[in-house]
Amino acid sequence: MMKRNLAAALSGAIFGLGLLISGMTDTTRVQGWLDVFGDWDPTLAFVMGGALIPMAIAWRIAARQRTALLGRTIPLSPGGRTVDSPLVIGSTLFGAGWGLSGLCPGPALASLGWGGTGGLVFLIAMLAGMVAAPAARARLERMAPAT
Amino acid sequence: MFDIAWLWGLLGGLMIGGAGALYLLVNGRVMGASGIVGGLVDGSGRDSWAERASFLAGLIALPGLAVLLSGGSDTHLTGNWALVILGGLLVGLGTRLANGCTSGHGVCGISRLSLRGIVATVFYILAGGIVMVLARHVLGWI
Repeated sequence: MMKRNLAAALSGAIFGLGLLISGMTDTTRVQGWLDVFGDWDPTLAFVMGGALIPMAIAWRIAARQRTALLGRTIPLSPGGRTVDSPLVIGSTLFGAGWGLSGLCPGPALASLGWGGTGGLVFLIAMLAGMVAAPAARARLERMAPAT
Repeated sequence: MFDIAWLWGLLGGLMIGGAGALYLLVNGRVMGASGIVGGLVDGSGRDSWAERASFLAGLIALPGLAVLLSGGSDTHLTGNWALVILGGLLVGLGTRLANGCTSGHGVCGISRLSLRGIVATVFYILAGGIVMVLARHVLGWI
């Protein structure tokens, strides 16, 4: 258990440092990438491209190993879920909030140390939205039952 | 003008993917920021709270320390409180409904060619682009 927590802390730390040096904690970079009609900033495409390389290799190793170094079974299939309305509606809402603010969950957390009051307010609103999600999901599923 | 932002982007991206690879191969978990924190606030991740809290501690502490030592950084977040609060609510609600964000669906999903990850990414980028362009060029909010 202790090893798992240490590995998680290390993973979080590398993730956060990567978000910082790639410029993803700077909302002008993110919004500059989303704004294709403005002075377009290509940085985010390089960040995504760079991140996909180690992950694609990791999935290949995972497919062979099947078991993680600290014992768990690696989740190789995405839980049997398919494309459903919570996925599409949720991603659209997330995108709208991302466009308005320039922050997604990782950078919102990573920048807590220097994001000031605005960053803290954003984070609290984000957590509130997360608390509201299970009820919203139940309502969506009543309207359009999963097939 | 010579701009090396893309090189920092690539290097940072490799670190983000490396962190995800570590989380997957050592802990056997998909690294998604919204899922890790979301499971703590809605109680669904109670069984693995220490692992989640450790991840978040590293995520907040190391960049914070790096910025402290390097003399500062700026998120350039808008000063418009309505946008900050609305943006936060939408990001929190949307990522939990979709079960993932830029890290979980984007980085970890696309890299294994998950249909859900690809569809989610197409929708959040399209919505983000449309809202950004409307908010800046049509409504003048940003």
